[in-house]
Amino acid sequence: MSIFCGQNLICVRGERTVFTDLDFNLDAGGALVLIGPNGSGKSSLLRLMSGLLPQAAGSLSWNNEEIREDPEAHADRMHYVGHHDAVKPVLSVAENVAFWASLRGRGKKTQSAVMAALEAFGIAHLAEVPGRFLSAGQKRRVNLARILAAPAPLWLLDEPTTALDKQTIGALEATIAAHRAGGGMVVISTHSDMGLESFKVLDLAGFAIRQAS
Amino acid sequence: MSGFMAILKRDLHLATRQGMDNMMVVMFFVIAVVLFPFGVGPEPNILARIAAGVIWVAALLASMLSLERLFQTDFEDGSLELLSLSPITLEVAVLAKVAAHWLTTGLPLIVAAPLLAVLLNMNAEGFPMLIVALLLGTPSLSLIGAVGAALILGSRRGGVLLALLILPLYIPVLIFGVSAVDAVIGGFEANAQLLILGAFLMGALALCPWAAAAGVRQAIE
Repeated sequence: MSIFCGQNLICVRGERTVFTDLDFNLDAGGALVLIGPNGSGKSSLLRLMSGLLPQAAGSLSWNNEEIREDPEAHADRMHYVGHHDAVKPVLSVAENVAFWASLRGRGKKTQSAVMAALEAFGIAHLAEVPGRFLSAGQKRRVNLARILAAPAPLWLLDEPTTALDKQTIGALEATIAAHRAGGGMVVISTHSDMGLESFKVLDLAGFAIRQAS
Repeated sequence: MSGFMAILKRDLHLATRQGMDNMMVVMFFVIAVVLFPFGVGPEPNILARIAAGVIWVAALLASMLSLERLFQTDFEDGSLELLSLSPITLEVAVLAKVAAHWLTTGLPLIVAAPLLAVLLNMNAEGFPMLIVALLLGTPSLSLIGAVGAALILGSRRGGVLLALLILPLYIPVLIFGVSAVDAVIGGFEANAQLLILGAFLMGALALCPWAAAAGVRQAIE
């Protein structure tokens, strides 16, 4: 039985239907890779999965419970990495990550979890550096460290490899592998090949509405 | 509750690290009030007569100045999306941001107000009431302003639009805030005005976080 399912999803942005009748399902430890040309709705699907965007029709469920019924419970078990890195220029790297971890209130262990997360993405030496001095790739690493600092079973990653160097992509792959080994799930949209094992592919090009001719 | 404190602490932190932003609001308040003696002439009686009104109007404008940035920076760098996806209810997050806004802009205005009242030759009997009325009134301004700040997210030239949306809603607070001070100076009780200001605050506290959160959800959709 799959944990995270979507059935007959329809997404409408503005006046335009992005995709229709889309189904997916994800088991514990599973990975779903979203591919498709620009504008085919990869980001929209991820936003829909996160709850940022309401679906026009269809159902999204977690353990057979409709996600819309309890959006806060969904937020608690999910991390979303979007196009923006949400790094505050005047806060240090450690403060940025610690703030987001503290919102998920996992007791006093936050501080060590933050340092471990920074370590995992090779930015522990930048812990005290204010966000405004970071490069694009370093900001992305801070954003990724954020999802590691407070554990959640579902990761929704929208092109997480943007601006990352090869070494960090390797670190990200290792992190995702460890996350899945612990029963975590991940949905990734990407244009580059990532070294993941046994993943499902969802090609969004197949769900676009054909132009009326 | 811990989430409320975490967001409040972060916003206060951000405000103190960018200290100039809040100083500018107070500076604007002082300069706007100081302009009046130049405009209406230095006659002490006239200034004393209009002092309460001038201070309140300047406080309204000053608190509005900083409202545009209440959600804007978080919206632009993606923090607002993540806040709405955190397990904290968005209404609580909005309330925490409004509380931080009031502490960093409303409170300094209240501290500066008596000084300006002296400059305008306001009757000293009105000073305590001016502070009490501002204490009750300015949180309402921040709360109502948050609704406007959420509605203008994503629009260009949001600042002017914000003024058009929010200033009409500030009028009741202005009327009762000024009349409380004038009543005390005239030798009357001001309980009724304070009760009404308190009622506004309670009403705003109950309604505005919901309205602002709805505006934020609309913006990040």
